[in-house]
Order: sequence, then C-alpha cells, then structure tokens
Amino acid sequence: MENFTPWSALAGGALIGLATVLLMFANGRIAGISGILGGLLSRPTGDSAWRLWFIGGMLVAPLLVTLARGSAPDFVLQADWWAVILGGLLVGVGTRLGSGCTSGHGVCGLSRLSLRSLAAVGIFMAAGMVTVTVLRLALGG
Amino acid sequence: MNRNLAAGLSGLVFGIGLTVSQMVNPAKVLAFLDILGDWDPSLMFVMGGALLVTAGGYRLAWMRPAPLYAERFQVPTDTSIDRKLALGAVMFGAGWGLVGLCPGPAIAALTLGGPKIWVFMLAMLAGMLIHLKTPIGKWVEA
Repeated sequence: MENFTPWSALAGGALIGLATVLLMFANGRIAGISGILGGLLSRPTGDSAWRLWFIGGMLVAPLLVTLARGSAPDFVLQADWWAVILGGLLVGVGTRLGSGCTSGHGVCGLSRLSLRSLAAVGIFMAAGMVTVTVLRLALGG
Repeated sequence: MNRNLAAGLSGLVFGIGLTVSQMVNPAKVLAFLDILGDWDPSLMFVMGGALLVTAGGYRLAWMRPAPLYAERFQVPTDTSIDRKLALGAVMFGAGWGLVGLCPGPAIAALTLGGPKIWVFMLAMLAGMLIHLKTPIGKWVEA
C-alpha cells in the first residue's frame, strides 16, 4: 500500500461533499454527474443551463489546481483503445440504466442511507474489482 | 443566473476535490479496484470524506423549507432494487474497471490527457444516447 494517500483523499472527499451540499442547498439538486450529463441529452432546453455551468466548473478545476501548484496532476490512462471504447459505452449505458454512478449513488445516495444506492454501490464496486482481476489474470499479471 | 453561478461553483469545487484526491488519475482508481495488486484504499477515504460532509450538510440544507434558488428540493423517491439497477451497476462497474474512469473524473480530466479520454467521453455519451433512444430499459424489465 505504498501509494496510499489517506489525507489528500479525505480532504478531496470533503471538498466533493461540500460541492454536493452546495448544489442541494442552492438549487435543490442531487450532484450525480451521470445524471447531470445525461440530463443534457434528454431534458428540455430550459433545464440545460445549470448543467452546463456545473460541467464548466468541473473542467476548469484541474487547470486551477495546476496553476496553484505549478504542476499538472498525474494522469495515467493505460487502457487499450478497445477497452477505452467498450468501457465508455458500458459506463454510458450502465449509469443511465442503473440511475447513477459513483457520485449519485456513492455520495448522494449513501449519505441519505438509501438501500437502493447501497445495492448499486456494492454491485458496481464488485463488478469493477472482478473486471480488473480478470484482466490481470488474462494478461498474466 | 444565481442558479447557474451556484451550479458552476459547485462543479468547480467538485472538480478541485477530484483533483486533490487524485481521482482524476485512472491509474489511482484502478489501484483501488485491483485487490490482487498493490492495493490502494484511497478511493474509500475519498468516499468517506464526501459522505461525512454530505450526510451532515444535507440535513442542514433540508431544515430550510426550500433551496435558495429553486422552488423545491428534488430528491430521488425510487427505492426499488430491481433488474435495471443491478444490470446497470454491473455494466457501469465493468466499464469503470476496464478504464479507471467514471463520469465525474472523465469530465474533469478532459484537459489532462491525450485523445483517449476524449474518445472515452464520446463513447460514454453514445452509451447514454443508446439508453435514451432504444427500449433497452424495457427489455431489461421484461
């Protein structure tokens, strides 16, 4: 566990929580990213502006952190092209079919003690761990 | 306008949280999912920190009769644990494990990486459109 970073993880998590509370306090909305993004595709245009502002804020954030620290955050994406495309499709369909992702079910749902969200989180974490483990074994790791 | 600024600020703080916690790095996320490898439990601490703040903050927010810039709080009321939820979570988890990206970091990291993250984003949007435009939800229920 030499790469374990508990303090920056907790601090970053607290900021994610703060942002989640702000969106509920100000706009009465759940900060589920797949829902915010998916709503752009399916909702009438009158409901789009705040979603675009939220996404805009997310896009700017790593650039601000880079400016403040003087170095860009680590970003290592090693997946092959087939996995990138298949993975994107699965995440897109799966988050809509299952009504949420790590933020919507994992943060908003669990904080409300939703059993539905607890089931979703348990299943997608298990599926993610199985997938990584199968890939590891298939690649002879 | 206030509504949009609040959403923009929320997105900004959310993105800073993802960056500070290194969740924008797919390798860091995969290290959490890779239980047979050099396991990195950081992701659980990110969720734990977020949950602590949200559990308390939501309760405070809901003590008001309504949000600041909207008429009412919109909280999901669906409690069903059904086939759609389970299959959706399996698909999402599999995609997450293949790449190490979920929707939030996929957006936040768009400016950090090469063409692969943009292709992932396009594939994810295509997946959302497939769900929207085909009766896949009905097939799963049937």
